[in-house]
Amino acid sequence: MLLEVTLSGVTLGGMYALVAMGLTLQYGVARIMNLSYGELLIAAAFAALWFYTGLALSPLLGLLVVPPLAFAASYAIYRVLLQPLVRRAKTRDALEVDSILATFGLLFVIQGVMLALFGGAYFSYSFLSFPLQIAGATVAANRLLALVLAVVIGLGLYLALTRTRLGTAVRAVAVDPVAAQLVAIDVRTASALAFALGGALVAAAGVLVSMFLTFNANLGVVFTLKALVVVIMGGVGNLLGALVAGLILGLVENYVAVFVDPGLTLAATYAIFLLVLLVRPQGLLGRTGR
Amino acid sequence: MIARPMIAGLGAAALVALVVAALAALAAVPFLFEAYGLSLAINLISYTVLATAWSLFSGPTRYVSLATVAFFGIGAYTTAVFAESLPWPAVLAIAAVIGVVVAAIVGLATLRLSGVYFVIFSFGLAELVRQLVTWWEVNKTRTLGRYVFTDITAAQIYWQLLALAVLVFVAGFLIGRSRLGLALRAIGDDETVARHSGIDTTRAKVALFVLSTVFMTLTGAIMAPRWTYIDPAIAFNPVISFTVLIMALLGGVHRLWGPVMGAVPLALLFEFLLARFPNHFSIMVGLVFIVIVYAIPRGIAGLVERRA
Repeated sequence: MLLEVTLSGVTLGGMYALVAMGLTLQYGVARIMNLSYGELLIAAAFAALWFYTGLALSPLLGLLVVPPLAFAASYAIYRVLLQPLVRRAKTRDALEVDSILATFGLLFVIQGVMLALFGGAYFSYSFLSFPLQIAGATVAANRLLALVLAVVIGLGLYLALTRTRLGTAVRAVAVDPVAAQLVAIDVRTASALAFALGGALVAAAGVLVSMFLTFNANLGVVFTLKALVVVIMGGVGNLLGALVAGLILGLVENYVAVFVDPGLTLAATYAIFLLVLLVRPQGLLGRTGR
Repeated sequence: MIARPMIAGLGAAALVALVVAALAALAAVPFLFEAYGLSLAINLISYTVLATAWSLFSGPTRYVSLATVAFFGIGAYTTAVFAESLPWPAVLAIAAVIGVVVAAIVGLATLRLSGVYFVIFSFGLAELVRQLVTWWEVNKTRTLGRYVFTDITAAQIYWQLLALAVLVFVAGFLIGRSRLGLALRAIGDDETVARHSGIDTTRAKVALFVLSTVFMTLTGAIMAPRWTYIDPAIAFNPVISFTVLIMALLGGVHRLWGPVMGAVPLALLFEFLLARFPNHFSIMVGLVFIVIVYAIPRGIAGLVERRA
């Protein structure tokens, strides 16, 4: 029982880590606090649902199609909607306030469109839902597959950011946008790419989540909140921190849901968040506060 | 409520007379309009209180609070639970106390840190409170949803809200002229500088946050008898936080009279949109909001001042 709960907690934690990695790219590099972030996850989940039930194609095929689309959409959103704010902002704080406001508006637009299309009902589909035995514990195959894919995607992102030239440029912008310009890094392009990459990641997570969770059009806000909590917990801009914090959150939530009460998972999230704020506001792996 | 240049032109006595006349006219509204007009007036004035209370804190500090409905809902739920068993003033007092406690916890946890933690915390606060209330009702009281039966009439609700509106303006006016107001403006300009000039920034922020949320909680408590039935999804509807934020921004948060200028036209617009496009309401509101953020970042108050 404990092993099963732990395994499904790790799966959920892997999703949170993936989602938070994308958000930490958007917030840490592009300096956009994106409150409409989770809406993209739900949109991707609906896309996967449509792939499976509408086109009778595997959601895994969706994983090849949906994230690139999300990349393009996020890139367009950044260029059209957010870059004017970046230009207008005199300070980083001013940009933060403006981006919070603009993406808060975007949240309601995207959510409204999804509500108009799908209504408020819960959706799910049955894909690879047969049980597997691992070390005496029973796990649904779709959960295991989602976890493996999340690990692959996360690892790929980590290597891309640490081992390639472009990835190094993106990380340099996260550390100091002004100094990055001095070493001939195109900060605007790097920011736009980081923002778009964040969108692609959350879309990938959305496809994976749709394979084993029920979802509805209102759920985006909850994912945004959890991603934000994980980012803060892990330390802003810290990919490894996002991974650790995501796993912790997933595990704690699952333990609370199974052993205490499923109605108290968000309370558990907030309790962890409060604890981090009180004890280590710079994040588990963060170096200094801003 | 009146622009500074006009204050200079009028004598203090004339100004007082003007305010008294305006209040008398507003107080007479329930006698002049039938049910629909009165319910519209209640809507306008409740949004005026909420938007003004919001900018009381968020205006000078520039901390975007997304938690308006958390406090509004706490107030509404307090009424739903206690209205039948306790006298009305006691219900309002309990609502205010609960609001103060929650606001103090949120404020003390987040406001000593950078503003973004506060935003994130406030972002999910309504959802958290909603889930906790739902959990409590389902597991402990075995009901979801309550009926609010009081003998409070619409006119009485209107007058209470009007009194609350007067209070929120008086509070804003006094804060603007106090040391606390100066401290908050300094924090809004540059928090580090403010701290170096000896301002206890955390205490100032928490104090104002608590004050601003008390008005939101009371608005919720007073408004609750308007609905005869209430459940967590109604009381903690995030659209309320959102609309209040839009109204304050449209009006302009750096002037006390700003949010009214946003609350009145937008409450009317939303009334219209909700009636005409009930299924696409949040899309419309989102678009209105984005337009405001891009086109009028300093609100109507900013536009008026640039002209003047």
